[in-house]
Amino acid sequence: MDEMFTKSMARNIFYGGSLFFFLLFLALTFDTMGVVPTRDNHENLTPTVVAGKMLWEKNNCIGCHTLLGEGAYFAPELGNVYVRFGNSTEAIKGFIKSRPKDGIPGRRSMPQFNFTDEELEQIAQFLKYSSGINTAGWPPNKMG
Amino acid sequence: MEYQSQAVAKYYFTAAIGLFLGQILFGLIIGLQYVVGDFLFPEIPFNVARMVHTNLLIVWLLFGFMGAAYYLIPEEAERELFSPGLAILTFWVFLVAGALTILGYLLVPYSTLADLTMNELLPTMGREFLEQPTITKIGIVVVALAFLFNIGMTVLQGRKTVINLVLLIGLVGLAVFFLFSFYNPADLVQDKFWWWWTVHLWVEGVWELILGAILAYVLIKTTGVDREVIEKWLYIIIAMSLITGIIGTGHHYYWIGTPEYWQWWGSIFSAMEPIPFFMMTVFAFTMVNKRKREHPNKAAVLWALGTGVMAFLGAGVWGFLHTLAPVNYFTHGTQITAAHGHMAFYGAYAMVVLAIISYSMPIMRGRAANSNKAQVMEMWSFWLMTVSIVFITLFLTAAGILQTWLQRISDTPMTFMATQDQIAMFYWMREAAGVVFLIGLVIYIMSFFTGGDEESVV
Repeated sequence: MDEMFTKSMARNIFYGGSLFFFLLFLALTFDTMGVVPTRDNHENLTPTVVAGKMLWEKNNCIGCHTLLGEGAYFAPELGNVYVRFGNSTEAIKGFIKSRPKDGIPGRRSMPQFNFTDEELEQIAQFLKYSSGINTAGWPPNKMG
Repeated sequence: MEYQSQAVAKYYFTAAIGLFLGQILFGLIIGLQYVVGDFLFPEIPFNVARMVHTNLLIVWLLFGFMGAAYYLIPEEAERELFSPGLAILTFWVFLVAGALTILGYLLVPYSTLADLTMNELLPTMGREFLEQPTITKIGIVVVALAFLFNIGMTVLQGRKTVINLVLLIGLVGLAVFFLFSFYNPADLVQDKFWWWWTVHLWVEGVWELILGAILAYVLIKTTGVDREVIEKWLYIIIAMSLITGIIGTGHHYYWIGTPEYWQWWGSIFSAMEPIPFFMMTVFAFTMVNKRKREHPNKAAVLWALGTGVMAFLGAGVWGFLHTLAPVNYFTHGTQITAAHGHMAFYGAYAMVVLAIISYSMPIMRGRAANSNKAQVMEMWSFWLMTVSIVFITLFLTAAGILQTWLQRISDTPMTFMATQDQIAMFYWMREAAGVVFLIGLVIYIMSFFTGGDEESVV
C-alpha cells in the first residue's frame, strides 16, 4: 500500500471505526427494544405459552424446523403453522400426537414425543403465539 | 520451533482434526437423511445428528483457534507461554467436556439430557448452535477464561505485536459475546434478537479478527514480507470487517418481529461485508507475490491463498447473494442459507485453521516442512475438499432456488414436503460431493503419516 497511508492511520480507522459503529449498533438496539413491544405479541405470552417455549427448546424442535425462518431446513416452517393449519390448535395437537413411533418407511417423519395433553396444549399455544408476531409480512405465503 | 511451550498447540490441533472427521461423518448422515428420510430413525433422528454436525464444527474450530494462539503468541511475544501446564489442563477439560456433551446428545433423548443437566435452573438449551447443556456452557466459559488468562499474561509480559493484539481482541470478543448464550428471554422476538449477539457477532465479527491475525501470521512466516506492510493490511481488513459486520447484524432482523428499519440498515451494511473478504484475497496474493523467500512448505502457502479466495466466495459472494432484504424475503430459511453456511465456514474458518496447522505441525514435529510426498498428498486433499465444498454449495444453491420458486413464488405454491421431493436430485448430488469431501479429509489425515526421503528439511 501507499507510503502516504501509514500503519497508525490504519490502526486509528480500526479502533475509531469499530467503536463508532458499535455505539451506533447499541443506539439502534436501544431503539429496537422500545419498538419490539408493539410487534412481539407479548400480550399473549401467557404462562402456557412460556411453558410451550420451554417444551419447544427441551425437545430441540429447531434441530429440524425453522421458526420465523431460523433453524434447520429439514422440516416445515412453524412460525405460521397455526395459520397453515386453519387457525386451529387442535389440528396442531392432532398432528403431533399421531406421529408413528417407528417413522414412515423411506420418508422423513417427526419423532413421537409422547406429550401429555397438557404439554400438547402448551406447544400448540406457543405456536399460536408465534404466528401473532409482526414479521413484516414474512413468509411470502402460508406454505412458509 | 523457537519456544518449547509452543508445542502445546499439538494437542489442540490433533483434537481439532479428529473432531473435524467426526463432523464430516455426521454431515454425511444428515445429508443422507435428506433423501432417505428414515435412515437411522428413530435411533439417531435428524435433529440429533445435525446438532452433532454443527457442534463438532464449532468445537473443532475453537480447538483450532486456541491451538493457533498457543502456537503463535509465544513466538510473537518472544517468550515462553505463561503456563504450559494450564494449557494442557484446559485442553483435557475442554476435550472431556466436549466428548461428554456429544455422547449425551447421542445416547439419551435431548429432553432427558435437559433434565439430567438441570436445564430448568437456567434454561439455555434447545436454541440453534447453542444446544449445549447449561453446565457445558459454564465449562466453556471457565476454559475460555483460563485460556485468555494464559495467553493474556504471555502477551502482557512479552513483546506486543499487532498480530498478538488483534488475536487477543478477537478471542476476548469471542468470550464476551458467548455470554449472550446464557440470556434466553421468554419473549421469542427478544430471544432471537439477542441470540444473534452470540452467533452473528462471532462469525461476522470477532472471529474475523482471529482469522485475520492467523492469516497474517502465516503470511509473515511463509513469505518473509515486512511486518510493517502485513500489519497495515491486517488493521485495514479488520477495520472493514467490524465497520460493515456490526451493523450488518441487521440482515438477521428483517423478519423476526424487529422494526422494519433494519431492512435498510441490514441491507446497506451487509452488502459491504464482502469488502474485507475481498481485501483478504488481494492481501494473500499480494504478499505471496512479493515474497522474499521460498518457504519449503508449499502446502501451507496453498492453504493461506485458499483461505483468501474461499472466504471471499463463501462469506462474501454467497452472503451477498441473499442479504438484501427484498431478496431475503423469498430466500430466508431455505437451502440458499445452507449453501452459504457451508462455503463460508469452510472457506473462512476451517481453511485458516488448516493453514496454521499446515504451517506449524511440521515445525512442532522437528522439520521446517514435510517431505515432498507428504505435501503432495496434503495438496491433493486441499483440492478434493475445496472442490467438493464448491459443488456442495452449487447443488444446495440450485436446490434453494428451486425451493424458493416452487414453495414461495409460483402461482400454485407447493407445501414444504412436496417441494423437498421435487429437489431430491440435488440432495443426492450434494451427498456425492460430500463423499468426495470425506475422501479428501482421509487423504489429509494420511498425509500426517507419510514420510519420504527429504523428510528433514530443517
